[in-house]
Amino acid sequence: MPGPSYFCATRSGTDIVAIIDPGHAAKQLIFERIFRSATLIAAILVLLILGGVAVSLLRGAWPALSHFRLAFVTREIWNPVTDQFGALAPIYGTVVTSLIAMLIAVPTGFGIALFLTELCPPLLKRPIGVAVELLAAVPSIIFGIWGLFVLAPVLQRYVQPWLIRNLGDIPAVGHLFKGPPYGIGILTAGVVLAIMVLPFIAATMRDVFDTVPPMLKESGYGLGATTWEVIWNVVVPHSRVGIVGGTMLGLGRALGETMAVTFVIGNAHRISSSLLAPGTTISSAIANEFTEAVGDLYTSSLIALGLLLFLITFTVIALAQAMLRRLERRTGAVA
Amino acid sequence: MKIVKRLLILGVAASLSLAASAADISGAGATFPYPIYAKWADAYKKLTGIGLNYQSIGSGGGIKQIKAKTVTFGASDMPLKPDDLKSSGLLQFPMIIGGVVPVVNIKGVGPGQLHLDGATVAAIYMGDITQWNDAAIKKLNPKLTLPSTAIAPVYRSDGSGTNFLFSDYLSKTSPKFQSSIGANTSVQWPVGIGAKGNEGVANMTAQTDGAIGYVEYAFAKQNKMSFTTLTNKAGNAVAPSAESFQAAAATADWAGADSYFLILTDQPGAKSWPITGASFILVYKQPDDAASVNEALKFFAWAYKDGASMAAELDYVPLPAALISQVQKTWTTQITSGGRPLWSGK
Repeated sequence: MPGPSYFCATRSGTDIVAIIDPGHAAKQLIFERIFRSATLIAAILVLLILGGVAVSLLRGAWPALSHFRLAFVTREIWNPVTDQFGALAPIYGTVVTSLIAMLIAVPTGFGIALFLTELCPPLLKRPIGVAVELLAAVPSIIFGIWGLFVLAPVLQRYVQPWLIRNLGDIPAVGHLFKGPPYGIGILTAGVVLAIMVLPFIAATMRDVFDTVPPMLKESGYGLGATTWEVIWNVVVPHSRVGIVGGTMLGLGRALGETMAVTFVIGNAHRISSSLLAPGTTISSAIANEFTEAVGDLYTSSLIALGLLLFLITFTVIALAQAMLRRLERRTGAVA
Repeated sequence: MKIVKRLLILGVAASLSLAASAADISGAGATFPYPIYAKWADAYKKLTGIGLNYQSIGSGGGIKQIKAKTVTFGASDMPLKPDDLKSSGLLQFPMIIGGVVPVVNIKGVGPGQLHLDGATVAAIYMGDITQWNDAAIKKLNPKLTLPSTAIAPVYRSDGSGTNFLFSDYLSKTSPKFQSSIGANTSVQWPVGIGAKGNEGVANMTAQTDGAIGYVEYAFAKQNKMSFTTLTNKAGNAVAPSAESFQAAAATADWAGADSYFLILTDQPGAKSWPITGASFILVYKQPDDAASVNEALKFFAWAYKDGASMAAELDYVPLPAALISQVQKTWTTQITSGGRPLWSGK
């Protein structure tokens, strides 16, 4: 392996190499250029594709956006018969199901990752680790079918009646658990999403926890700290960036998930105060209606939904980046 | 990002149909008739060596594809309006018939025991009738003891011909439904829950006590679901069956329908099932590629003639004979190539 100075030299110019062996250097130079432009093209390609997606979404969404203007994002109505479209219900459903998923998956994923890296007996480490990764490989349609045929009946028969009985009468919170137990709805979609994003969050956090230098942890234990204290005072602060990163990765996936959600959310363009009521998300509305949508305004409104999802995802990623930068600055200041 | 994926799928479907070998017939559209088109295609390929490349991407997609001329024929569960056909130079004709059946899950009520009419079903789906022992339902079923269970309406969430037929039927039988909801492949249901596909509706209905749903006939029959009988336009109680669908198609006024723009719901005729529908084929009247359209017509003619028993096996209903000869006459008079009729009748 060439030393770092050699690399620096070739990257900034070829003078040093040229002095050593002109023939070899010329060959290296050509290779270097080809390699550099190939990676550049690959990188630009991503930008082009992203730009192309944004432009075609905007073009497709334009008829709907110019027709409804701001009302498109503030109205709940979604009526293909009268050609009246508003995206508030799908936006609400997308955000709320993702939040439920995060509420369940982040603490659980955090726990799995901590257990695997800090507390797990070596014998269990591999089986559990592999199981988490396998969970990530299950196709989303399987989660959808499982959610509909297995999870929904269980929720309908046991969990939701309990929620309605015990939480339905509490002021304020009670509104979230009212109505008939259908089994499917916003809550079920959130639970299925949580299971789907769990492996991503757990695996990312585990990898980050693994990068904590053993020396730091050993020092903590050496000073007489308990496992709990080492985890909270050494492991977690050291991997804050990764925790945020894993959460955002999961959130990104939850926002865009289509098939599994379509099966269990109940697909109603309505905003209900109850989490047990059916709702819809942006991606499931598109999946449900795009194939049979006839008429320019209808199709365009569905594409406009896609544009909104694009914007929401973009905002989430931008926020995550900003948060990471702030965290890095803070850690830097502490160090 | 999933929208991108879906757009890509449409794109790939388009390029695939372009890439299909020249000898094959290419078509795209409705998902409802896909099983029978696939079965016919398989038998036809064995017979003639000519394959059918049919992309079941949905009626909306089929209409878009035929208008973009990327396929030889499009297929739609909802007939195009005569004006639309004229401006695009397309010809449409019915190919196969199916029906939609209401199914219920009420304790103690078996298949065919509950009787409903359009106005009552519409009231249920508008949230006006909320319990099974409602006076309106009791009146239709004097002999049945109905529980006070709350009604849980289940609808198809994915845009579909099934939705169109069902909402069209309810619009025709209930003025309030027509003015407040209307008919389309997707409509804004004020109450109930949406399940994806026939299997989703069937499962939701089976799981929920007091549920009512609607599925394609073949699906209800094969899964032995508790279907209801309905009052038809003639005032008779009818059960869903191949005969009652065919009766609806036979009594419909096809001869008087401009460009076959006829929706088979709520047809007269003593035995007609009121939620019957035809699936349509779209081709160009003056096709750029006359040879492919001729191949497609040959396939359709063969399916009309020899495909009926295959259709019956899958619980689809073939067109009545009189309608078939009317369609084939239309081919001869309306599809031309270089000023001459393209279809020779063989």
